[in-house]
Amino acid sequence: MDDLYRDYILEHYKRPQNFGELDPRDLEALEHNPLCGDELGVHIRVKDGRIDELRFHGHGCAISQAAASIASEELKGMELQDVGRLDADWMIELLGIPVSATRRKCALLNLKVVRGAVTGDDSWPTGSA
Amino acid sequence: MPPVAESSLEVREDFPIFARRFDGRPLIYLDSAATSQKPEVVISALTDHLRNHNANVHRGVYALAQEADAAFDLAREKIAAFTGAQRQGTIFTKNVTEAINLVAYSWGRANIGSGDAVLITEMEHHANIVPWQILCRERGATLRYLKVDERGELSLEALESELARGDVRLVAFTHVSNVLGTINPVAEMTARVRAAGAVSLVDGAQAVPHMPVDVDALGADFYGWTGHKALGPTGIGVLHARPEILDGMEPFLTGGDMISSVDFQSATWNELPSKFEAGTPMIAEAVGLAAAVDYLCALDMTRVRVHERSLTAYMLERLAEVPGLRVVGPPEAEGRGGLASFTIEGMHPHDVAELADRGGVCIRAGHHCAQPLMRCLGVGATARASVGVYNDAADIDALVAALHAGREVFGLGGS
Ligand SMILES: Cc1ncc(COP(=O)(O)O)c(C=O)c1O
Repeated sequence: MDDLYRDYILEHYKRPQNFGELDPRDLEALEHNPLCGDELGVHIRVKDGRIDELRFHGHGCAISQAAASIASEELKGMELQDVGRLDADWMIELLGIPVSATRRKCALLNLKVVRGAVTGDDSWPTGSA
Repeated sequence: MPPVAESSLEVREDFPIFARRFDGRPLIYLDSAATSQKPEVVISALTDHLRNHNANVHRGVYALAQEADAAFDLAREKIAAFTGAQRQGTIFTKNVTEAINLVAYSWGRANIGSGDAVLITEMEHHANIVPWQILCRERGATLRYLKVDERGELSLEALESELARGDVRLVAFTHVSNVLGTINPVAEMTARVRAAGAVSLVDGAQAVPHMPVDVDALGADFYGWTGHKALGPTGIGVLHARPEILDGMEPFLTGGDMISSVDFQSATWNELPSKFEAGTPMIAEAVGLAAAVDYLCALDMTRVRVHERSLTAYMLERLAEVPGLRVVGPPEAEGRGGLASFTIEGMHPHDVAELADRGGVCIRAGHHCAQPLMRCLGVGATARASVGVYNDAADIDALVAALHAGREVFGLGGS
């Protein structure tokens, strides 16, 4: 059994949750991973101050696609004001695999793009790890 | 039975890094297109210079300074001779990126104006794109691209029709593509550029380390390459140009060493090549690169090319065994340098590289600083394996085994 490429990671990679587009949509953002040129965008529909619907689109490695898929389940229904408080630790813990320094941006790209869409802050998420 | 690469240069022992173990495993290095490993002779030339001959150049009268001067001058002689260039037309830069920027700023600003065009190709490294974008924006010129065809090649007819439009002042293109591997017909291209009254610049980063290169015979006005990919240290690149064209250019970076005299309001320029080398040059690095070219000359660049071509042919054959694997670029080893970029159905290139590393094999994944080309190829990224003098068929076997194992991790079936 591979440490990084666990079954659930590969499962999310092959059949990602909440991928596609939303039309109409209230919020959106698109980001690139400067290291590899991968691209990830998000469309969000808002209701009563919460994320009502959310879809990712783009292409990337198993880690970035699985991270987006796994995060999407948590993000749906979340209050917008809580999204800005999500940090790198939240994402890495949710992902549940050891993420090396070189793959960190792969894991965090989805959070960067979602925070960018919701708060306008498109900096890379940080954390204690 | 798979073909066997007939030659191994048997030089791995010359490179100390191959004595290292990673989790008990040897280093299988297939990333020489990014940077080469260094032979002991280069490492010891660098340290010997720093230990025994270190002084600044061009200014000292004492014996040690004269040794440093002599070492630096000899290094330039050797490096120029290696590529058939003249000493005064051989300028040291930080890397090939700086060499291209030098031309864009010094030659480009004086010779490119509004309504002019700069022609590059879709297979360029960002180093041979961005300086021209900035120049064209600044001068009101247009930047046009020669297309790459399905075989990963450029068309001479397309070059001719671009030149026939009459506005092209400069054509900049790579000798060997760092993604496709394509070896471009440099002499045929520069002849057409010259006939049209335009100037040519060739990016030799992926050529000089791997095949005989004679810049005079190739006929480029400017030819740049980078030391660290040619067994030399980082921090040194080379720009070759005809002295007449350099004489007509304004300097790029300015300051010490590049002047003849400085008055309160103005200065005059030193002779070539110093005019283009402001400040203390890369002395130890030049000595190190000279040791690298000595080493390559002793191996004989024709043999290096024969070795890498047969290894590349072997690599193309073996990669074809991997289900879902698609190589980009020319189909035969004859027309390509020692590299293969590829994608594997159902796996992202980053994951391919990560899983190759599980098998102890170093390959690179990403856009390889060629994002426009990636867009033309319709991929976001590729994995790339590239060879050097120290590789042999067993390295390719290890790569192919690691790719098969990686596909299994991803639960991809036999075919
Ligand atoms: C074709 C080509 N051009 C330019 C470069 C840039 O080389 P450097 O970073 O040494 O300037 C590279 C290497 O990455 C290359 O492969």
